[in-house]
Amino acid sequence: MSNAATTAPAPAAPPPVEKIRIKVDGRDVEVPKLLPNWQGKLEPTTMLQAIQIAGGEVPHYCYHPKLPVAGNCRMCLVEFGTPMIGPDRKPVLNEDGSPKIAKSVLPYEPSTPRGAIACATPISPGMELYPNSPATKQMREAVLESLLINHPLDCPICDQAGECKLQEYSVQHGQATSRFVEAKVHKPKAVDLGPRIVLDDERCVLCTRCIRFSKDIAGDDALGIVNRGSYNTIAAWKEGAFDNNYTLNTVDLCPVGALTSKDFRFKMRVWFLKETKSVCTSCGTGCNITVGSREGAIHRYEPRENDAVNGPWMCDAGRLNYKWVAREDRLKDVLIRGAKAGWNTALKEISAKLAAAPQGSVALIASARQTTEELFLLGKLARKLGALTDSVPRLGEGDRLLVNVDKNPNMNGAWLTGVAAVPAAGGRLGLIAEAIRSGQVRTLIVFGEDVTKCGIGTDLLAKLETLIVSDILPSATTATATYLLPGCAHAEKRGTFVNAKGRVQKFMKAVEPKGDARAEWEFLHELVHNVTGQNGFSTIEGLFNQMAAEVPAFSGLEWAKLGDTGVTVQI
Amino acid sequence: MPEQHKLILKHADSPGYTPDIECYVRHGGYEALKKALGTAPRELPDGKKLSAQEVVREDVKASGLRGRGGAGFSAGLKWSFVDRRSGKPIYLICNADESEPGTFKDRQIIHKDPHQLVEGMIISCWANDVKLAYIYIRGEMPHGARLLEKALAEARAKNFLGKNILGTGYDLEIYVHRGAGAYICGEETGLIESLEGKRAYPRIKPPYFPAVLGLYMCPTIVNNVETLCHVKHIVTMGPAEYAKLGTPNNTGTRIVSLSGDVQKPGYFEIEVGKVTLGQLIFDANFGGGLKPGRSLKAIIPGGSSSKVLKAGEVFKLNRKGADGQMTKVDVPLLDLPYDFDSLQGAGTMSGSGAIIVMDDSRSMVDTLANLSEFYAHESCGQCTPCREGSLWMAKGLHRLAHGDGRKQDVEYLSHIAQNIQGRTICAFGEAAAWPVLSFVKKFKDEFVARGEADEAAKSAGPSRELKLAASPNPH
Ligand SMILES: Cc1cc2nc3c(=O)[nH]c(=O)nc-3n(C[C@H](O)[C@H](O)[C@H](O)COP(=O)(O)O)c2cc1C
Ligand code: SF4
Ligand code: SF4
Ligand code: SF4
Ligand code: FES
Repeated sequence: MSNAATTAPAPAAPPPVEKIRIKVDGRDVEVPKLLPNWQGKLEPTTMLQAIQIAGGEVPHYCYHPKLPVAGNCRMCLVEFGTPMIGPDRKPVLNEDGSPKIAKSVLPYEPSTPRGAIACATPISPGMELYPNSPATKQMREAVLESLLINHPLDCPICDQAGECKLQEYSVQHGQATSRFVEAKVHKPKAVDLGPRIVLDDERCVLCTRCIRFSKDIAGDDALGIVNRGSYNTIAAWKEGAFDNNYTLNTVDLCPVGALTSKDFRFKMRVWFLKETKSVCTSCGTGCNITVGSREGAIHRYEPRENDAVNGPWMCDAGRLNYKWVAREDRLKDVLIRGAKAGWNTALKEISAKLAAAPQGSVALIASARQTTEELFLLGKLARKLGALTDSVPRLGEGDRLLVNVDKNPNMNGAWLTGVAAVPAAGGRLGLIAEAIRSGQVRTLIVFGEDVTKCGIGTDLLAKLETLIVSDILPSATTATATYLLPGCAHAEKRGTFVNAKGRVQKFMKAVEPKGDARAEWEFLHELVHNVTGQNGFSTIEGLFNQMAAEVPAFSGLEWAKLGDTGVTVQI
Repeated sequence: MPEQHKLILKHADSPGYTPDIECYVRHGGYEALKKALGTAPRELPDGKKLSAQEVVREDVKASGLRGRGGAGFSAGLKWSFVDRRSGKPIYLICNADESEPGTFKDRQIIHKDPHQLVEGMIISCWANDVKLAYIYIRGEMPHGARLLEKALAEARAKNFLGKNILGTGYDLEIYVHRGAGAYICGEETGLIESLEGKRAYPRIKPPYFPAVLGLYMCPTIVNNVETLCHVKHIVTMGPAEYAKLGTPNNTGTRIVSLSGDVQKPGYFEIEVGKVTLGQLIFDANFGGGLKPGRSLKAIIPGGSSSKVLKAGEVFKLNRKGADGQMTKVDVPLLDLPYDFDSLQGAGTMSGSGAIIVMDDSRSMVDTLANLSEFYAHESCGQCTPCREGSLWMAKGLHRLAHGDGRKQDVEYLSHIAQNIQGRTICAFGEAAAWPVLSFVKKFKDEFVARGEADEAAKSAGPSRELKLAASPNPH
């Protein structure tokens, strides 16, 4: 990953990685002796990791790279062999000098191959793995057959259809017919596991991913298994008690359709959803997400894996915080003194007013929920006007896993572009209020904040000559605006945020804006051009690259180089 | 005529013998502990020095003692795998879960001579630098648990246990932990999970070998009650003398639990390999023969998990001839010496030492249906093949046993069992699969006949009355 923007010295070359030679389906491969485990700690490389490195696949249910290994589903059983050792403790060789391989067999039935679970078994030098041998395939088929005997097979009404590993593996690795002629085990359906999760125990394959996630990742030992044997049933310690801020990750983790999100259940067939790469805006962590939308409407957020930020997880609060985008009262019209107007008229009038404004008579309050590009343009404008600027702090509770105390997604963007007061955002808000009261500031530009909630009440706003406001949802501030410019939710535009740790992350447009609303960077770019005479870029790529050239922290960055998971800069 | 050789049960059944410490000490109790604690360090011919503890560990290895819990694994070897360099405490757990159907030997020791176990444990703990040990006792044996608690208190009062044992500076505490009553709690890693307060889900190996990552992720030794008692006698007798008991590689004595269709069911302590299966069943000193007018049909030789043996079977076993060469010899079922290796050679195991005898009045279908119901009920359900397969087999067998069989049920059942054995987290998979595999293979005709009869009855007309009772294992 590009480190161009970091000022830290280049890291020393990593020590040479110790390798092991093994064979996978007859092909020689070299794999590292140690690889990161679920916690990132180096541990002996497993068969599953080695096969993946060799370009193969091992079907699995319980294994997940970011959860402690359980080894319970047995789907990953793989036939293997190890070099034979003679009584003299030396390797036994074939005629051609190659080491003789002893295939692993059942000790009590040496004609039957014995598999090992690839997810938990370390490799050793000279080992041979046969992930596609007839014996491996037979073991896999048998596990699938067992998993299906008590499964309700209600795919047509299952939410997981299309994303279900049982469905997928059955097609790829299963048999057409089952021998099972007995009565199925019946288990509870539609169990209320917690406020956001419903469980269908009949669909559950008892992989325990949900239990391990909740206990070992979220730190909430809320789930467990009750009953025994074939009657094993996942349950919360008390009905409805599965309620931490990360429960919905278990829906992603569940390899079948047993766990469903109350929010998403039955709403949409997943294959209809358009997927857009984006970033959560609900706190400074900036979890990477995929926005699932259809015909202009957002149906869900899902975490998108980024080990530098959120791993594969996100919090429930962030995940469910998408409904406001489709709120009925979204601002859709350009208004001049409350009357509907066109963008051209409004921008022309604003440009003229600002161009004529005496130095220091304008102040600007921008939101740290705006994109970095928007903040950059606002900063430019402010400098030209000699305007006092600031943004509004938004502090709340954090936790030990992901949630940041800062509820602004782009506080660092607001600092790096010079818009927000340092060291504490909001530190100049009092100054701005005072300047309005004293009459020094006659024009106030507000982007994405309700300033009446931070010390600049309607009484002060009434003293202004011009109040230029851009926002997405109505507020007391938008209600008093001279010019109201409807902006976009992040899902309706492109841009970047700089998260609390300095990761610059871009997000893409998922849905079209409502009514006349426009992406702020588009009209800001026009406004800045009109007021400053500088020519900007009319594409987000160009704008970002220009910003990178002008803002020291971003030097060397390019839009294209941000990739899907961003780049960390010095903050 | 072969006789019992009472080593472990030497005093237990003698009239007037009581489980209290005074009686135990009167009979020479805790002398082995004193002897062990006084063991002199030893210098080996190669100049290597063994500490007193290492000497006892070596002696246990040299005695040839094999585990009496089921797998028959060398106790000395197991102890040698313990990770002694981790810097973590080493734990010892006595497995007193005794739940294998047909087995009732550990409880004899616990109920009649608990101090023998306690002494065996203290010696084993001392030899392995263990400071904290547990007795995990089956939930259904509350009286045994009380007796053990009392024995531990008595031993503590006499300073055989606790701080600075007999002035040696060695501290040891032993606690009794009562299980809640599940067969899987006898599997050593399931037991460890249960002892940690969790559901008794056996652990995957690798990485969780108890000798390295056992109780609380510390090195742990798990041994059976009877195994630990033998340690005391190895110390008393010395390894060479002890190894003279029994037969080579099958040393010592073991307690056999004999049940089923014999005149005199009960427990008998024998020198391992010195008594045959036939003698155990027919001799007056042991089972005393079958019930009048009955003939032998089958033997389950090592607890319900072991593969069944059929009357009349002849096995090819390796025998050392007079010239020292190994040769294959034919050994009929009833001439099989009751030891670890002979039964393994016969394709089964001596397991927990429990022999279940079936005569010609028994239906193999009904017997297997019963056994499978037990395994379906006891599967912990953690891993797919066993969780799904054990109930699947039980349901199929229930059907076959209740008039709804098919002739292909033999293949059907062995297919399910084949897909369990060797593919599970713990050896319960084998325990559930082996009875099915061996019954349907060795008594195939009986199973096919049941299926055919049911099919014929079905095609004869719809008026047939189905005998289907409630499905097995309504939990
Ligand atoms: C399903 C299952 C149940 C078991 N139950 C018992 C038991 O009740 N008692 C016992 O001593 N060993 C039992 N074992 C064997 C233990 O796992 C372990 O091997 C034994 O306690 C070791 O002691 P030993 O080496 O002294 O025989 C069981 C094993 C399995 C797989
Ligand atoms: S609910 Fe889903 S994740 Fe949880 S154990 Fe069942 S299948 Fe696995
Ligand atoms: S932790 Fe923050 S960024 Fe991540 S999902 Fe939650 S609110 Fe969104
Ligand atoms: S084999 Fe059976 S008893 Fe053992 S872990 Fe698997 S499900 Fe549980
Ligand atoms: S993936 Fe489930 S056992 Fe390996």
